[in-house]
Amino acid sequence: MTDWLMALAQTLLFVAMAPLLGGWIKRVKCHMQNRAAPSLWQPYRDLAKLFRKHTVLAANASWIFRATPYIVFGATVLAAAVVPLVAVNLPTAAIADVIVLVGFFALARFFTALAGMDIGTAFGGMGSSREMMIGALAEPVMLMAVFTLAMSASTTNLSEAVTYTLNSGLVLRPSFIFAALGLMMVAVAESGRIPVDNPATHLELTMVHEAMILEYSGRHLALIEWAGQLKLMIYLVLVANVFFPWGIATEMSPDNLAKGLVAIAGKLALLGVLLVTWETVMAKMRLFRVPQFLGFAFLLSLLGMLTRVVLESGL
Amino acid sequence: MELGQLSLYDQAILLFAAIVLFTSFVMLAQARIVPLIHTFAWQGTLLAVTTALVAYATNHPHLYISAGMTFLLKALLIPWMLHRLAVRLRIHRDVEAVAYPSLTLLAGGGLVIFSYHVALPIVQLSALITRNTIAVSIAVVLLGMLLMITRKKAISQVIGFMSIENGLFFAAVVSTYGMPMVVELGIAFDVLVAAILFGVFFFQMRASIDSLDVDRLNRLREVDR
Repeated sequence: MTDWLMALAQTLLFVAMAPLLGGWIKRVKCHMQNRAAPSLWQPYRDLAKLFRKHTVLAANASWIFRATPYIVFGATVLAAAVVPLVAVNLPTAAIADVIVLVGFFALARFFTALAGMDIGTAFGGMGSSREMMIGALAEPVMLMAVFTLAMSASTTNLSEAVTYTLNSGLVLRPSFIFAALGLMMVAVAESGRIPVDNPATHLELTMVHEAMILEYSGRHLALIEWAGQLKLMIYLVLVANVFFPWGIATEMSPDNLAKGLVAIAGKLALLGVLLVTWETVMAKMRLFRVPQFLGFAFLLSLLGMLTRVVLESGL
Repeated sequence: MELGQLSLYDQAILLFAAIVLFTSFVMLAQARIVPLIHTFAWQGTLLAVTTALVAYATNHPHLYISAGMTFLLKALLIPWMLHRLAVRLRIHRDVEAVAYPSLTLLAGGGLVIFSYHVALPIVQLSALITRNTIAVSIAVVLLGMLLMITRKKAISQVIGFMSIENGLFFAAVVSTYGMPMVVELGIAFDVLVAAILFGVFFFQMRASIDSLDVDRLNRLREVDR
């Protein structure tokens, strides 16, 4: 029973902290680009403002358009429940593995793309087609990286994989390094960050994610934006906890949990700085160069798997 | 046996071998000349580090000399010469049009699998700690060949050729802990002489056909009709 309560608390923490991470990334980015930075709590204020506002629906919006924000947010929250944040061995982690996680993301993406086309504006359809192209290329990379991990840990369950990495101590695995790099590139592409998409622009030529949700307003927009922040956090937590699991709580004692909380906060802050540095030195790339970017990410994951087979087996 | 049971140095050898393989792929994907030369220099550096690690982990001090020589020649001297050549030929800002970049990378992945398949019988016979990296060294050789095949500019082909030599040297280090010193010295100077000769050849080529595109060498006539 307490385990389930812990799992619930962890998921709530995940959902509550996602805007904070977004605020932290925005703040670091502003500092790095010599701009005045908004407060860390600004994303919460934005969400609160959007929740208070009226929702404007197009006259020809179908039920898909109205249901999509809830489906997207629900799928992303369920995905967050699967990922170990502060502690491992929670019951929610045991019922779903990482393939289900990819499935949740695919479900959310599918409905966002449908909603983009539902209203019938030119932008929505364009954004949907771009999003599906990126998604189709990014998904195999993520699965490949995960399978590399699964080959070493002999499981696709995230909690068990984290425990495996934790127990084997410091081992220099070439496959993990390549898989981590591939996963980071996918994280950048999937959460619509800079070389692939720019989250802060409404320029017609470059929009991908923004183009699909252009017609949303009020609480619908709030839910979708929140889900976006949550998705970025899920990816960063995946990278942080699967490849560098040190500090995560393995038992449910308060001091262990506190240690896990501090560890994950530190790791996420560090990854956020890394992401911002990467975004600042990179330029947004042309849409038609995105397949090349993701092709390189696929190559990294493939190399991870190949080095797993060639170098790390039969020792 | 698990990877975790090896000593940290043996793990580091495997890690650096994997990164050497990675630099080969980066060279395949890199279309600009100067970054290509830099990646080649990094491959030389990593090769030297791997050789030094093998020397330390297996207690073969003569490999330190090979490592030092590799570093001087392949990480410093040859890249410097190629870079100077590129600047003097005014091609250092050129971007080469690589046909089918993604397909080339996938073909590279296929080559790695092929070399793993080829090296498997050798690996089963050997008892060396570095035996798993034999497949990687064969892959580096084949990837260098792929680089030569896919590129048209003479300077990229030279880098592919040097990368093949890197792979051969790597194979010698990991499968037999280095060649006899005489052979190694001979090859090192051969490579150096080749680098100098290629420089002369580039200038000749540009003087006669006004380009470094080797496909133009297929034409027999001086003037197009």
